[in-house]
Amino acid sequence: MTLYVLCFALFLVGLYGILTKRDLIKIILASGIMGYAANLFIVLIGYRRNAVYPILEPGKEAAAMVDPLPQALVLTSIVIELGITALLVALALRLYQKNKTFDISKIRRLAG
Amino acid sequence: MILPYFIIIPLAAVILIVLISGRRETVAAAISLAAAAALTALSVYAFVVQRGETLVYSVGGWKIPIGICLVQDALSSFMLVMVSLIALTSLVFSLKYIRRLSPDWKYYALFMTLVAGMNGVIVTGDLFNLFVFMEIALIAAFALVAYGGQAHEFEAAFKYAVMAGISSSFILVAIAIVYSATSSLTMATIAQSLPGKDPFLVLWVGGLFMAGFGLKAAAMPFHAWLPDAHSSAPAPISAMLSGVLIKALGIYTLIRIFYNVLGAPALFLQVFLVMGAVSIILGVLLAIGQWDIKRLLAYHSISQIGYILLGMGLNTTLGMAGAVFHLFNHAVFKSLLFYNAGALEMALGTRDLREMGNVVKLLPVTAHSSMVASLSISGIPPFNGFFSKVLIIVAAVQAGRPLFALLAVVGSLLTLASFMKVQRYGLRSERPVGALIEPIGGGMNAAMAVLALLCLVSSLMIVPGIREWTLDPVVDVIMGKGQYLLSVLGK
Amino acid sequence: MVRTPGMTLIVKTVVRLIVWLIFLYGIYIIFHGHLTPGGGFGGGVVLALGFLCVLMAYGRAFIADWLPLPFLRKLDYSSLMLFLAAGLMGMAAGGAFLLNVIAKGKMFSVFSAGFIPILNILIGVKVGLSLFFAVLALAEFDLEKGAEE
Repeated sequence: MTLYVLCFALFLVGLYGILTKRDLIKIILASGIMGYAANLFIVLIGYRRNAVYPILEPGKEAAAMVDPLPQALVLTSIVIELGITALLVALALRLYQKNKTFDISKIRRLAG
Repeated sequence: MILPYFIIIPLAAVILIVLISGRRETVAAAISLAAAAALTALSVYAFVVQRGETLVYSVGGWKIPIGICLVQDALSSFMLVMVSLIALTSLVFSLKYIRRLSPDWKYYALFMTLVAGMNGVIVTGDLFNLFVFMEIALIAAFALVAYGGQAHEFEAAFKYAVMAGISSSFILVAIAIVYSATSSLTMATIAQSLPGKDPFLVLWVGGLFMAGFGLKAAAMPFHAWLPDAHSSAPAPISAMLSGVLIKALGIYTLIRIFYNVLGAPALFLQVFLVMGAVSIILGVLLAIGQWDIKRLLAYHSISQIGYILLGMGLNTTLGMAGAVFHLFNHAVFKSLLFYNAGALEMALGTRDLREMGNVVKLLPVTAHSSMVASLSISGIPPFNGFFSKVLIIVAAVQAGRPLFALLAVVGSLLTLASFMKVQRYGLRSERPVGALIEPIGGGMNAAMAVLALLCLVSSLMIVPGIREWTLDPVVDVIMGKGQYLLSVLGK
Repeated sequence: MVRTPGMTLIVKTVVRLIVWLIFLYGIYIIFHGHLTPGGGFGGGVVLALGFLCVLMAYGRAFIADWLPLPFLRKLDYSSLMLFLAAGLMGMAAGGAFLLNVIAKGKMFSVFSAGFIPILNILIGVKVGLSLFFAVLALAEFDLEKGAEE
């Protein structure tokens, strides 16, 4: 149970970072932390008590293994978030080229 | 079975464009036009011929709870027709328009990726597959918003990307909770096993899904990314984003999850009503004060999505029919309005209403189709906006919620005022306009004319003889909530 | 900012020795994707990290000499095309998209499970090359360049 609480705390840390930080790079890092928290949650729900790793070897049965499906979901999710982070970094670099700063309170061309 | 072709055709187009084009963009444009035309033909065939049945296709031949299934029913084919139609007109419009920006095969490849992602969201029957296709469409959308290379476009794309990233994390957590309760990711199996679980679970999952998909649909209070993103994007991309993306990724998924999977719990429908009403009023109030024409149109998108949410929250057949009809109508007239704004921007070189002049003689197609679209969005008969808004308002009164009906009517009046302002300043003001900076091409005129014609023709969809043919199968699929799982699992 | 390309001599020597082990590990994960966790995605990421080690340790100019970049770009795109062709092959044989049309071997050997090792290899190549090119494109950014509106 404490694992779920800690995972939720990690998610809130990421959310806090996105909402309050003013530096573009810190916002990107915080969104990465939030993504890690979501992936951790998916892996945690696959856990079965007193079970072993889900690799079928000759001489073992499939009975007492942790759920392998969340692990596959997490692989896909990590790669998707990698793509989004790469795009965010490219956008941040272009914003630096145009505005000479990473501070979002100074990048205010769109308002209203 | 034609179901997987809706995803294969745009993906194959992307691969061909990337492999073959090299330096010239005409080949890329030709490939994407061919793909969009094929998609339109296939989706019209799917809707016209197969709308009464629910077809299920298992990818890889794996049986349903284990494998991913694609489901085509009336709602999916309706959305597919809408997406391919708007994609085709956007492509025709962009042929001339993006030559100003940076003509490149990358635009067409990203555009086809966007279409592939949206088609994937619409036809899939599996929750995680929906998440993956949604992310594909979103990444293409972020890149397209920033396509022009100007400073404000990057800022808008960054804001959009961060906010959509937050909502995607919410959706991922909700999918995880659903999987841990029901041990399945297929939407039909979830619908089957969810009623037996803890009702508190439905509250959790519903709240997280509403936050996640509500941000994609730009409902209040999740609307903050939309004015920047839709006003900074190039005009055909604004039309795609405002016309189909927020509906395929936001409204369609909300309908599918809340009506077919969760079984329309009353608390969430109440929340939809309130969100819808707030979106209508606040969207229009924020739009009236705008002088930038694309930002004004973006705020109006928020308002019109509010109408659709209002219709969805009523839980009656009439309300849902109004919501679905307004989905289609908004795609048609909002895309037309964005094309007009793009044409005006290209011809006059400015987006500010105060600097535009009288262009009725110089840009006849733009001026007349803009009048048609403005009358449609304000709800004036005989254009299509009137019929869908009337359905929603009457349904609200019939369901015993006259306050929401009143708010809808007030919103419609304010919309009319706002668009009269656009017409007076943007197209018919007294300042004479000398010459056009760049003339409008034939493709742009054709796209605008086709959509203006569609504004008139689609009002026919409500006529009682035709309505059984077009709208009723869609509404039946939605309102018969448990029917979805029976039709899918019965195969 | 460091003016000579790449990092110090210690880093360069270590990378030169170890990067082949990283590639071997990535290929192992891809090939055993149907027996152990990982598969195409995970193995592809490890391959990309191997390329990126060399990029970071030796600099951009060295990478352009060492790797035939246009060929790798074409390989990137064709692996996606091959994946689509493999899926359509399933359809042509009368079944669904991505149907398994190759015979399944015996359990626990590397050449079993029909189709899946081929798909894993294609995905591994695609993911590895795409990630590498994405970071390479980011590395080409010149932050000192002025802003053109």
